Amino acid sequence: MRLGSFAAAFAGVVLSTVAALAQPQPIKPAVVYDKGGKFDKSFNEGVFIGAEKFKTETGVEFRDFEPTNDAQIEQALRRFARDGHSPIIAVGFSQATALQKVAAEFPNLKFTIIDMVVDLPNVQSIVFKEHEGSYLVGLLAAMASKSGKVGFVGGMDIPLIRKFACGYVQGVKAGKADAEIFQNMTGSTPAAWNDPVKGGELAKSQIDRGADVVYHAAGGTGIGVLRAVADAGKLGIGVDSNQNALHPGKVLTSMLKRVDIAAYNSFKAAQDGSWKPGISVLGLKEGGIDWALDDNNRSLITPEMKAAADKAKADIIAGTVKVHDYMSDQKCTM
Amino acid sequence: MSAVPVDLPRWADIALVPLVSVAAALLVAGLVVVGIGENPLEATALLLRGALGSAEGIGFTLYYATNFIFTGLAVAVAFHAGLFNIGGEGQATVAGIAMAIACLALPALPGFLAVPIAILGAAAGGALWAFIPGWLQAKRGSHVVITTIMLNFVAATLIVYLLREIIGKPGSMQPETPDFPAGAILTPMHQLLAPFGFTLPATPLNSAFFLALMALFAVWLLIWRTRLGYAIRTVGANPRAAAYAGISPAAVTMIAMAISGALAGGLAVNEALGVQHRLVLDFTAGYGFVGIAVALMGRGHPAGVGLAALLFGVLYQGGAELSFDKPAITRDMVVVIGGVLVLFAGALDGLFRRVIATVLRIGRGAA
Repeated sequence: MRLGSFAAAFAGVVLSTVAALAQPQPIKPAVVYDKGGKFDKSFNEGVFIGAEKFKTETGVEFRDFEPTNDAQIEQALRRFARDGHSPIIAVGFSQATALQKVAAEFPNLKFTIIDMVVDLPNVQSIVFKEHEGSYLVGLLAAMASKSGKVGFVGGMDIPLIRKFACGYVQGVKAGKADAEIFQNMTGSTPAAWNDPVKGGELAKSQIDRGADVVYHAAGGTGIGVLRAVADAGKLGIGVDSNQNALHPGKVLTSMLKRVDIAAYNSFKAAQDGSWKPGISVLGLKEGGIDWALDDNNRSLITPEMKAAADKAKADIIAGTVKVHDYMSDQKCTM
Repeated sequence: MSAVPVDLPRWADIALVPLVSVAAALLVAGLVVVGIGENPLEATALLLRGALGSAEGIGFTLYYATNFIFTGLAVAVAFHAGLFNIGGEGQATVAGIAMAIACLALPALPGFLAVPIAILGAAAGGALWAFIPGWLQAKRGSHVVITTIMLNFVAATLIVYLLREIIGKPGSMQPETPDFPAGAILTPMHQLLAPFGFTLPATPLNSAFFLALMALFAVWLLIWRTRLGYAIRTVGANPRAAAYAGISPAAVTMIAMAISGALAGGLAVNEALGVQHRLVLDFTAGYGFVGIAVALMGRGHPAGVGLAALLFGVLYQGGAELSFDKPAITRDMVVVIGGVLVLFAGALDGLFRRVIATVLRIGRGAA
């Protein structure tokens, strides 16, 4: 169901019956990951999972590559393009400039970029409303917190992470107006995205100050955050992928950014001929953003919390609750 | 700088020891490749073909080598003064910031003015960032190894802040500056050589490569043909003897560090001015640290640094092609191969020097 509504966001592409009747076209899909690497249990791994799902369902193999620097991003995109791969998914905002060049060189191939907009006739840009999902988990954090203090551990102090933090703060305040929120960023070098030890220490310091729910948006660093929080008997909140299962009963929920569906849909649409370029902004309404509820955290979510989150979600979709987007003005004022 | 007093003929010191080190490293790396079930000969062939087998491969290899020449020279110059500058990353970062501010503040200048100003800005920024630990070492006795690496983190934090709040492109997810003005960029090699009838594929290689070659020559001149170079080498060999001879170790320490930092700034010139045409977060991508290995392997001599930089360029470009063609060899494997190379060329260097010295002695004795 969610899948359907998600796909509908692709510029009204999915005439699913037509698509189902159309002959599958032979495609050679490929993925170029972000510099963070494929198995980060979060953002990149989400794309990998989506691509794997497509592979198991259709038997179509895909190629992928993990670049280590910016020059390799462009090189990898061009290599895949030259070999006739299409669609090629560029994961992460840092690939925009490289994709701009390569996509223009290969106008007959299809490209998809996640987290950034590249305005070319053969590029599909998928961006997410992370602030909406962060708002919901913030609301749940405020309701689950007994101390009235919650934490946020970000990777690096860049606009994208401020967007997460800003949505979270708004959600927490909506749940409990006088709640106290501790925010920490892990670092300023690329290691900040893969430093579970430091993430754990930051979470511990927030717990020492009284926080009993900690949300992270820090890639691989978040593994350490969730572990430290679980060890201390408090609650963590996962991000991007569903991380509830990492510490069952100790992860309140996860803010889902469905890059897996984005990747899957891009491949799928290319195969059935319904792939369309353009910008897709995916939020709660489109099913691209959500919060995770499964057997691992069902006991932590009370009926009141679920009702409140569902209501907030409906309100955001209906537009009666507006979550401020940090990116719109580079400010987090409420 | 080497503490092992092993006497070797000059040719053996310059050529034989590094060659043996590289060969040993390749052997061990080959064993690792066998360990994951791939054919090491095939892997080596793929690596070499990827790096040197096509005009595009060579372009990428030389582009990486350009970065390594600058950072390698930066470490080498400090070495000669007895200083271990491991702050190339931070110095290049600040160089990039200074250069970006220069480029964006002076948009209307024509290229022949804007480019030199940008390059000087980069050199000044790098020099400043290396001068600080140089001053701390000279006047306060704070060890440069500690202060340079600490300043790497300060520089990283500074660039995150500046790109987010001050010089960044508004509304961009990617922390980056707006594009530099069209005049303030370096010409890509394929455009540069086009008028001469060469049609080359588009690669990141640009005219910063020539700047790197000039830097190699300039450092050779500086270290072996000038008074200052003599002072640097003397302080490096023995600061107390240098002071006795009327050379101020404090002044030489600060000057050598500033030169070292300015050279590290070349990394920013190649990356930001030459390739990306804007300042992007994390553009240094670890090249500053690889410079340490390059300088060690090149034995601090510009000719050696040039060759070592080329070797690492081959490894970077060939490694990328290798993990492309053989998905079983991941990028982490390529890091392992590079790590083994650094280990053998840097840390285990003394081991081979002894062995080679013994072998040569026996050879002479027999003759």
